[in-house]
Amino acid sequence: MYDVVIIGAGVSGSASARELSRYKLNVCVVEKEEDVCCGTSKANSAIVHAGFDAEAGSLMAKLNVEGSQMMEGLSKELDFHYKNNGSLVVCLHEEEKPNLQDLYDRGVKNGVKDLRIIDREELVALEPNISDEAVAALYAPTGGIVCPFGMNIAFAENAATNGVEFKFDTEVTGLEKKDGSWVIKTSQGDIETKYVVNAAGVYADKFHNMVSGKKLHITPRRGDYCLLDRSTEGFVTHTIFQLPSKFGKGVLVTPTVHGNTLIGPTAIDIENKEGTNTTQEGIDELINKAGTTVKGLPIRQVITSFAGLRAHEDGHEFYIGELEDAKGFIDCAGIESPGLSSAPAIGKMVAEIVKDLTNAEENPNFVGTRKGILDPKTLSNEERAELIKKDPAYGNIICRCEMITEGEIIDAIKRPLGAKSLDGVKRRTRAGMGRCQSGFCSPRTIEILARERGVDPAEITKAGGDSKIIVGINKDRI
Amino acid sequence: MLNYDIVIIGGGPAGLAAAVSAKRSGVESILVLERDKELGGILNQCIHNGFGLHTFKEELTGPEYAGRFIEQLLEEKIEYRLNTMVMDIAPNKVVTAMNREDGMFEIQAKAIILAMGCRERSRGALNIPGYRPAGIYSAGTAQRLVNMEGYMPGREVVILGSGDIGLIMARRMTLEGAKVKVVAELMPYSGGLKRNIVQCLDDYGIPLKLSHTVVDIEGKERVEAITIAEVGPDRRPIPGTEERYTCDTLLLSCGLIPENELSRSLEVEMSPVTSGPLVNECLETNVEGVFACGNVLHVHDLVDFVSEEASAAGKHAAEYVKNGAKHAETGAKDIPIVATEGARYTVPKTINPDRMDEKHTVRFRVGDVYKNCYVSVYLNDERVIHKKRPVVAPGEMEEVVLKKEELAAFSGLSQITVKIEEA
Repeated sequence: MYDVVIIGAGVSGSASARELSRYKLNVCVVEKEEDVCCGTSKANSAIVHAGFDAEAGSLMAKLNVEGSQMMEGLSKELDFHYKNNGSLVVCLHEEEKPNLQDLYDRGVKNGVKDLRIIDREELVALEPNISDEAVAALYAPTGGIVCPFGMNIAFAENAATNGVEFKFDTEVTGLEKKDGSWVIKTSQGDIETKYVVNAAGVYADKFHNMVSGKKLHITPRRGDYCLLDRSTEGFVTHTIFQLPSKFGKGVLVTPTVHGNTLIGPTAIDIENKEGTNTTQEGIDELINKAGTTVKGLPIRQVITSFAGLRAHEDGHEFYIGELEDAKGFIDCAGIESPGLSSAPAIGKMVAEIVKDLTNAEENPNFVGTRKGILDPKTLSNEERAELIKKDPAYGNIICRCEMITEGEIIDAIKRPLGAKSLDGVKRRTRAGMGRCQSGFCSPRTIEILARERGVDPAEITKAGGDSKIIVGINKDRI
Repeated sequence: MLNYDIVIIGGGPAGLAAAVSAKRSGVESILVLERDKELGGILNQCIHNGFGLHTFKEELTGPEYAGRFIEQLLEEKIEYRLNTMVMDIAPNKVVTAMNREDGMFEIQAKAIILAMGCRERSRGALNIPGYRPAGIYSAGTAQRLVNMEGYMPGREVVILGSGDIGLIMARRMTLEGAKVKVVAELMPYSGGLKRNIVQCLDDYGIPLKLSHTVVDIEGKERVEAITIAEVGPDRRPIPGTEERYTCDTLLLSCGLIPENELSRSLEVEMSPVTSGPLVNECLETNVEGVFACGNVLHVHDLVDFVSEEASAAGKHAAEYVKNGAKHAETGAKDIPIVATEGARYTVPKTINPDRMDEKHTVRFRVGDVYKNCYVSVYLNDERVIHKKRPVVAPGEMEEVVLKKEELAAFSGLSQITVKIEEA
């Protein structure tokens, strides 16, 4: 019997797990995919919103601002990539300047610091490639960008190190109350627990509705994105939003922490909770819209397009708390944008709710810091030479585009909750994330994964399940 | 810091031929840096025949062709390092490289030959909509899995793009027991060699659908189906023309991109058409003593032409080492070669009538299929070459030969123009 089972190893579930590992609790995370960070958490804008967007007084606004303020410190404790690059909401029409003021006022009410409205001249000085139409902007110096995989993985690894158990490839199929505790039916058998945290992203309504009479309804809201090559680094340096208006909502253009340029997302409501396919219309719309806030968008430098699903609840609010009609069941639902920005605060809030319910004592062995995978590019040439002498695998480049070594890949596989698939390696090391999109490195990474895991190369998948890369040997069907 | 006269980046067909030629031109101190575990580059996975008809007057497989050059390299006792990645080349010709045994090391070169080859355009760069499951490979990646590791990447295959690797892989997958259902090509013509269309598709009854592209990829974990559609003259899909193929694999053969990230860090001036360096007839870039050859310069159709070009680069690099900047000093000025009206680019971009050999072959590609046309060369406004061609196509490289005698004798020569003229 667990004290707490968290459904979902996305960023909310993993942040909650890490915060819960501060207490003497027996915690388990169940995840239907083969790895952490496989749903909404892996396909989003990768930005840390300053917090001016959410409605004043909402839980969203509160957790956004708190999460944003915690992010920098946390990125150091847990060693993930975060950059405080500042954001700009660009106004393209003189008559809409009042809307900019409204946004400013809301931001101030939400507690966002250092907000300013800047004129065109200052805007151009900050972003030389800004559209000729831009008249003014709301400047939020506290806005940031983050590696979403890095943050999610860091939370989960740190949780695991502090004793949280993770069960992958474990899909929850039912929930039953039994003698004051819960029986979770899963594809891998029943799991008993005193408390359930529902951090299931686009599926959170499904689990909520299994246990509660007060129904939630989550719509997967698809967002298409295009990622541009690192050669575009510096095209923009701030995260650039378009001021929402009667002309539409626009899409953002932002640098990523790794030097790529990201544009997106669209917002298309769909039915299918697995519907992460991009469409031609979506990509066309995206490229058109991105071109309105900036000029000369180097769209030919696109290296991949992808789509993610926001878990949009009808009320557009975070639902975090124990259900009145299902004691011991704690929702962490409706986590859409600014969910990533809020994740540190969401984790803290969930942990506090559980702590209050359980009166759990603090875990005296909790270690709050974690060291990420060593990136040799951050070393001097001398230090790097020394490293290779100690471990020659750091002298062997596997991913040419991102210059990722075998040493980093082995580290990614061997560490707690290590990578099992190509995508697992990619999210942890960036091998395969570059301009050739794993054309060169995938056969080599398969070889390393198979060797380190002690399995046949044919067992290695792209992302778990049936996503096999090798289906047989030559002429085996002739 | 190590010191070498010539450092060659890449040990594929271009690097090998450049090294051998430089050595035979009298430079002793040469180092070839290769990132893979063996010399030969992409040829090692090209196990089909058809290589070497021009160079050796016989048909060799890729590994055999590479083997001939590797033998020459060994005979010439040229140094090379395998599994070695070049991390950076500074404009002062200091090469920073890395491998397991030597760690990080620096080499001061007098001359550098860029021979890094090219990479394949990925699904992402093509912006193909749909899901992103396993089962989508660039044709070259699939070729490596099948030909070098013996693994089948799939059973039922759709191929997008009719570049040569795609065509070769259509046949290879068929021979290994897979079913290739269709090859779709966005353009109204193939990007590959005519002989490959006949020998790899027609001979196996594999349909080639020109003016078609992939409009959807289905399958969450592994590819389950691919939908292709016809495209109009604007290359956009025509609604209502969709055809769905159930399959587990999509191979992409949609063009090659020269790998010039290192050239850029070296501040080499690039051509927006080829994505390769701009070079003069010595194959020297704007950075003195830095030469380029092979697919890093422009994507070739036949490896024989790579070897020929690389030999020239090796020879000129050797001359540079022996004579310094003086190798380039001449009385005449560099004459620009302008590609226009159907000709997309030329290599070289400039030619010096004083410095050039008696004859110089200028290579280029055309932007469309032209039938019964003329390949023409103008010196200023005067047409000096008017070569009838039954058909020219983007998939096959074209050439014209310029004569030193003719260029030197032309008074006031300021521009050479290469173009395609209708009959």
